[in-house]
Amino acid sequence: MELDVVDLSRLQFAMTALYHFLFVPLTLGLSVLLAIMETVYVMTGRRVWRQMTKFWGVLFGINFVLGVATGLVMEFQFGMNWSYYSHYVGDIFGAPLALEGLMAFFLEATFVGLFFFGWDKLSKVGHLIATWAVAAGSNFSALWILVANGWMQNPVGSAFNPQTMRMEVTDFFAVVTNPVAQAKFVHTVSAGYVTASIFVLGVSAWYLLKGRHIEIAKRSMTVAASFGLAASLSVVVLGDESGYLTTEHQQMKLAAIEAMWETEPAPAAFTVFGFPSEQDRETHFAVRIPWALGLIATRSLDTVVPGIEQLVNHAEERIKSGIIAFDALQKIRAAGSTAAIPPAVKDAFEDNGTDLGYALLLKRYVDDPRTATPEQIKAAAWDTVPSVPTLFWAFRIMVGLGFFFIVLTAVFFFLSARRTLDRYRPLLWLAVLAIPLPWIAAEMGWVVAEIGRQPWIIEGVLPTAAAVSSLGAATVLTTIVGFAALYTVLIIIEMTLMIRAIAKGPEPDEDPEANLIPAHLVAAE
Amino acid sequence: MVLHTLIDYDTLRVIWWLLLGVLLIGFAVMDGFDLGTDILLPFVARTDLERRIVINSVGPVWEGNQVWLILGGGAIFAAWPQLYAVSFSGFYLAMFAILFALILRPVGFKYRSKREGRLWRGAWDWALFIGGLVPALVMGVAVGNVLQGVPFHLNNDLRIFYDGSTLFELLNPYGLLAGLLSVAMLTMHGAGWLVLKTDGLVAERARRFGAVAALVTVLLFVLGGVWLFLGISGYRITSVIPVAGPSNPLGKTAEVAVGAWFANYAAHPWMLAGPVLGIVGALAAFALLWARKEVTPVLASAVSIFGIISTVGLTMFPFILPSSVDPKSSLTVWDSSSSHLTLFIMLVSVGIFVPIIVAYTSWVYRVLWGKVDAREIQKDNSHAY
Repeated sequence: MELDVVDLSRLQFAMTALYHFLFVPLTLGLSVLLAIMETVYVMTGRRVWRQMTKFWGVLFGINFVLGVATGLVMEFQFGMNWSYYSHYVGDIFGAPLALEGLMAFFLEATFVGLFFFGWDKLSKVGHLIATWAVAAGSNFSALWILVANGWMQNPVGSAFNPQTMRMEVTDFFAVVTNPVAQAKFVHTVSAGYVTASIFVLGVSAWYLLKGRHIEIAKRSMTVAASFGLAASLSVVVLGDESGYLTTEHQQMKLAAIEAMWETEPAPAAFTVFGFPSEQDRETHFAVRIPWALGLIATRSLDTVVPGIEQLVNHAEERIKSGIIAFDALQKIRAAGSTAAIPPAVKDAFEDNGTDLGYALLLKRYVDDPRTATPEQIKAAAWDTVPSVPTLFWAFRIMVGLGFFFIVLTAVFFFLSARRTLDRYRPLLWLAVLAIPLPWIAAEMGWVVAEIGRQPWIIEGVLPTAAAVSSLGAATVLTTIVGFAALYTVLIIIEMTLMIRAIAKGPEPDEDPEANLIPAHLVAAE
Repeated sequence: MVLHTLIDYDTLRVIWWLLLGVLLIGFAVMDGFDLGTDILLPFVARTDLERRIVINSVGPVWEGNQVWLILGGGAIFAAWPQLYAVSFSGFYLAMFAILFALILRPVGFKYRSKREGRLWRGAWDWALFIGGLVPALVMGVAVGNVLQGVPFHLNNDLRIFYDGSTLFELLNPYGLLAGLLSVAMLTMHGAGWLVLKTDGLVAERARRFGAVAALVTVLLFVLGGVWLFLGISGYRITSVIPVAGPSNPLGKTAEVAVGAWFANYAAHPWMLAGPVLGIVGALAAFALLWARKEVTPVLASAVSIFGIISTVGLTMFPFILPSSVDPKSSLTVWDSSSSHLTLFIMLVSVGIFVPIIVAYTSWVYRVLWGKVDAREIQKDNSHAY
């Protein structure tokens, strides 16, 4: 298979984003857990909570630093690999990225230094403020990056400007309060909390199995189980689907997730299992629960969830309308000045302008969309269907794991309330083995959201294939190999250090009286 | 929303041109001293404890400093999208080299002292050195190439195409000179930081390296200016340009012109303050290091950085990224910004958040004030670097 620059750029983005997202969920959740633990320390004065904060802080640091390092790549590769995208939507998409830096990254990164280096330099409350600042900063960053991503899925508050050949913002408030972005934020942050909770639960269970650090392990488990139960309920109940009916392509994503080829009478059934075939356009061996999809997706009994074929037919209409807009755009630009544009052309663009992106889907088949044949238009309409089997399976793995996390955290919450956390060894082993699962669920979540967005980079506005830089395939391949090599080495080192730090366990608490603290530090306390 | 029309579009563009300068200078001053510290690491610190002292001198602050770079990326994307698109894709492999090196740095800081062993720590010392040197060098090389013009053109859809511009083509003599200037400048600045934060042998060595780097900075900066005057053509807009018009670079014409990079100084002599501060700051850094001052050298080198980066901006104004193969595709202040509304929203955001950031960053630096204490590093094995 020959990979062109579009495929390679997508591969590089997927690789670097999925890798970056190995570190982000744990940072999101663990920062909050650290802040909770330290709050208990400051409120009760019990030093075991300080010890806990410091221990989990070491693991936090090993993870955090790779999130920071790989986040750099995320900030710059839009310009590197997706330069037409950057030009076309930078007016809107750049703002949340800049705000993420201003509001979130500075807060997080400035105070994380104090979290590690400030234990002896700050008062108890002063240090606690630094820890909460780190937690707030990392959670704010999730908000802004999901405002940016939400806009890619549901491009509100913007319009195409023929003079600058790009999308420009018309209503920034709408961009920020985009319902898709809000749903994504709650869902992603909750997923981060679940990840950290399962991580703390699993590591603590391992200590209980080995009979080490019992006091710290039990307390950590109690915090993780209660926080994790609330988070895993939120991640499932406030799932991303709430945003799936807001736009046409979000509906397409939902139909692909369900492998629902044809529209069904409401409320639609939910396919629990089956083998979707893109060739036959049907799902073989489907096991279905009546009504369930209609309830999940629309939270009503009479709203129709459209199927793939209906959505494709509608896409075909929009492509035709897009061709009219494309034609009008060429005439507007040929006119030179605003005054010289014939009123009929102006009207044609105003009526069909929102479908301009659909005409660009034809660029795969013809240079000038106006010359496309009906067959090419039909083919382009079917291109709007993302990979159905990928979405079908990724979604089911993610949701299955989500329900498992609810059960797991609920069980440990119950055991913690009964003070029998260390009684059932098989359950402790289950918690240990569950450690990698939240990462699988989180990566599947990315797959559902972003593979599900294809063929669009900005839904309905710009196809992914039109968004790349004019680079040589060999050039992009070079950086893919380079990043892959570096990332592989780093993940091995990170895992080794993580395992060593866990094996070593918490440092014994320094007795404040016996400790020889230099005089100038005592003064600061 | 009509609120944004309170400030004219052309005024906003000039403000954002200034803010672009503030961001680059902020990055070079704040992250610059820890890049410089990494470059100096193998030279000023020989034993493991000395190296840990050097690393811990930037340990609590490098993360915050690096955000200047990330914010730079985000703000250029938001305010100058076409600049973001052309420069990062045009300098593709150079950007990759910078990112590769910058990834090594955080990991090096954090992981180096997590294990004993000569090989482990030695390898991370190399990683840190590369992580400081390569970004400093390549960013300088990039600026040297921007001054000469970059081989790109825009088509009618404003899609960007490059004619050449691989990593090796960037390494032309003038680009290399600018790269070395950047390394010398940040080495001087890093030495100033180490003199402030360390004592004993490490500080003494930093003092000497810093003094040399300051002189090299002056030498290369002057040489770069003379070379630019004698051998490198500038760019000039040859059509009327609507300063508040739509952001479309193809709406103007431009040409390569001998001496055009010096036209601004002839028209506005006050702009000579840029190069003067670049030279005076570095000479002052040299003198203050010579006089064994501890606090002021790093301030003097910051002034020098301010002067040197301002000089680049003032020389090219209103050009931001000239095209050598198709001058009319060049990006200027008047035709490559975001929309009026976006520039306004981002200005308000900066106005709200930058004072807050400056406030808490100053507080953190005050908390961390004082020399790095070797005993503290040895005591705290789980958190210190």
